[in-house]
Amino acid sequence: MKKLFAKHNNWFFKAGFILTTVMVFIVLLGQVWTPYDPNAMDASVKAQGPTLRHLLGTDFFGRDILSRILEGAGATLQIAFFVVLIGAVLGTVIGALTGYFGGVVDEVLMRICDAITAFPSVLLALIAIAVIGPGRLNVIMVLGCVFIPSFARIVRAEFVRIKRLNYISLARLQGVGDFRIMLKHILPNTLPTLLPAISIGFNNAVLAEASMSFLGVGVSASEVSLGRMLSDSQNYILRGLPWYAVFVGLTIALLILGFSLLAEGLQQRR
Amino acid sequence: MKKLICLLLAALMIFSCACGKQKSGADARKDANEIYVGIGQDLSSSLSPYQMSSAGTREVMFNVFEGLYKVDSTGDFKPALATAYTVSDDGLTYTFTIRENVKFHNGAVMTPDDVVYSYKTCASDSVDSAIKGVLENVESITAEGGKVIIKLASPNSDFMAYVSSVYISPASYTDQDTKPVGTGPFSFVSRTVQDSVVIKRFDDYWGEKAKLSQVTFKIFENATALVTALDAGSLDLVLHLDSTQVQGLGKDFNIQEDTMKLVQALYLNNAVKPFDDVRVRQALCYAVDVDALLTLTAGGHGAKLGTAIYPSFSKYFDASLVNAYPHSTDKAKELLTQAGYPNGFDMTIIAPSNYSPHVNTAMVLAEQLKAAGINATVKEVEWNTWLTDVYKGRKFEATVCGFDASTLTANALLGRYESTSGKNMCGYVSESFDAYMKEANSITDDAKRTELFRAAAKCLSDDAASVYLQDLAEFAAVRATLKGYVFYPLYLMDLSKVTY
Repeated sequence: MKKLFAKHNNWFFKAGFILTTVMVFIVLLGQVWTPYDPNAMDASVKAQGPTLRHLLGTDFFGRDILSRILEGAGATLQIAFFVVLIGAVLGTVIGALTGYFGGVVDEVLMRICDAITAFPSVLLALIAIAVIGPGRLNVIMVLGCVFIPSFARIVRAEFVRIKRLNYISLARLQGVGDFRIMLKHILPNTLPTLLPAISIGFNNAVLAEASMSFLGVGVSASEVSLGRMLSDSQNYILRGLPWYAVFVGLTIALLILGFSLLAEGLQQRR
Repeated sequence: MKKLICLLLAALMIFSCACGKQKSGADARKDANEIYVGIGQDLSSSLSPYQMSSAGTREVMFNVFEGLYKVDSTGDFKPALATAYTVSDDGLTYTFTIRENVKFHNGAVMTPDDVVYSYKTCASDSVDSAIKGVLENVESITAEGGKVIIKLASPNSDFMAYVSSVYISPASYTDQDTKPVGTGPFSFVSRTVQDSVVIKRFDDYWGEKAKLSQVTFKIFENATALVTALDAGSLDLVLHLDSTQVQGLGKDFNIQEDTMKLVQALYLNNAVKPFDDVRVRQALCYAVDVDALLTLTAGGHGAKLGTAIYPSFSKYFDASLVNAYPHSTDKAKELLTQAGYPNGFDMTIIAPSNYSPHVNTAMVLAEQLKAAGINATVKEVEWNTWLTDVYKGRKFEATVCGFDASTLTANALLGRYESTSGKNMCGYVSESFDAYMKEANSITDDAKRTELFRAAAKCLSDDAASVYLQDLAEFAAVRATLKGYVFYPLYLMDLSKVTY
């Protein structure tokens, strides 16, 4: 890690790393402690602007917006984490197998991936959610599946490139098994490409969750998430209470900025 | 510096253009004696008086169609296309004297034959099952001179409420779906799907003619867009707004408060555990704080209920039931302990996702129930899912929704609790309730009937059939220069008395 910081004067990486660490730390803190109960309603402080008691103000139900953002960002990050986990793991497996072995299966799977990528991912997820119904678990599953192709393509391209290199041919001549070659000889060398992709994947997953909850097909009403809050905050803008949307939007923006910078930094390191 | 001045001038120009246009829009409408009304949904695909499936369509077309009698803003039935009626002593024969020289919008003169035609068409075609059910009870309908005689198979003391909903249409006119023709104060001009509907004053109207010369209904399916258009001055009248939507409107508008004429409740499935125990249901009533709910969701606006009748339906509303279960967490806990749930229980409240007032109420209730140890989760479902699973399938523990009255009768609100009713979503079963309802529907003496319906409504409160919450507040934004808009006790919009 020290090496990373010292080398190349990589400002993108440094800024992204610090921003992401701070945001993740705040979100983790929100899981164990929030200033108020995020769901507690208090009619006496309905729809207030930022005050000393409520740093980011309150919503129409008198709920503390800071507490809700902490809680909601946690839910959003959790969803994003599992979405990227599903997408990256399955995508890597598919990409590795198809890239290494090629053949008919490769053709078929890649054309399916092309077909899936041809549609906007949120649209696909919307259709799937319309069929199986909303809820946190369903959102994770659906978005995870939608995220598989992008990872699969990246990993496949790397495998196709690396498997033609001499050291792989040599390894094969020495009688090293296919799976050992894939796991020990190729996979570690895909990391410089895979890591930025994961970081950008996080980015997209946060946005996708926010968009879906914003459209009312994400998490359920009794749950909090950034997209859900952004959707609620719409009604406040016209009524002269814009801070709600601003704070929620700012949180999403900062999260995404952190991941983007991180991805950019990781790419430059290559 | 020069650039800056140019920029400022440009900004000023745009600003003044925007202001000027806005003003002239509203002023031009005033000069032309017309208004723009914002509505939240498109009309049904058919505008025929017997095919209008949505309340939003009936609300608009109330200005175009009329029945023999017409409901007024107090809920009374006033003579319209009939001048008078008589009922035989056995309550079976209704004789209507048909008004003379009434013209349809297409110029034809209305005859008793048109009335007979309309009743027959309505009985066979109507999409409103309540009206259809009542008309199936009609044995014969005949025209005799200037009179129409309707014979019923069995007495129905609510018959007049339905007469006002059977709109009269010219016999052998076949274009009702697209070019509706009625006798109302306004005639239909045109319709652009998903955009607008235009009606204009009917100058040959039999009664007091409308004041406005033209009304355009603008369709905004997105609530935010509707409020934005209103704010910007491109609409003159919008109904069914909530307290937050009217908060920021300027002095160009008068805000009139009304209620939605809905029975909003936390409906409990009396057939499943633990809600089959009356003590659990009563505990929920005690655990819920309706006053706090009103403050949180609507800034204190709205009318408390206590039973399945809303207050503006004053004939049957019993104000003493409103506070039958004053908020008390201790009492709720005590009842839960008696019922065998000293530590509360888990429950799911289903709310239809497209009705944000119901979803908001569900969220507040879930929060309030926590104090009594009940852990409620809110689950949003789509409207169609709600209809199939909750309303028809009765697969639910509790749901927040609102029931309205399709006609101004006690049966429209209370009939759904009879143990034999197909609409008995809650699965409420009470012998005394059934007995009151049966007796009320078998007699014609109005005072006695009212008493029996009130007793039936009290049964619902005593048994805590559901947690009855409120008739939601709603607001109408009316341009300050407009006068004469009045609310009806039904979901209707009467524009005939509106004037600049």
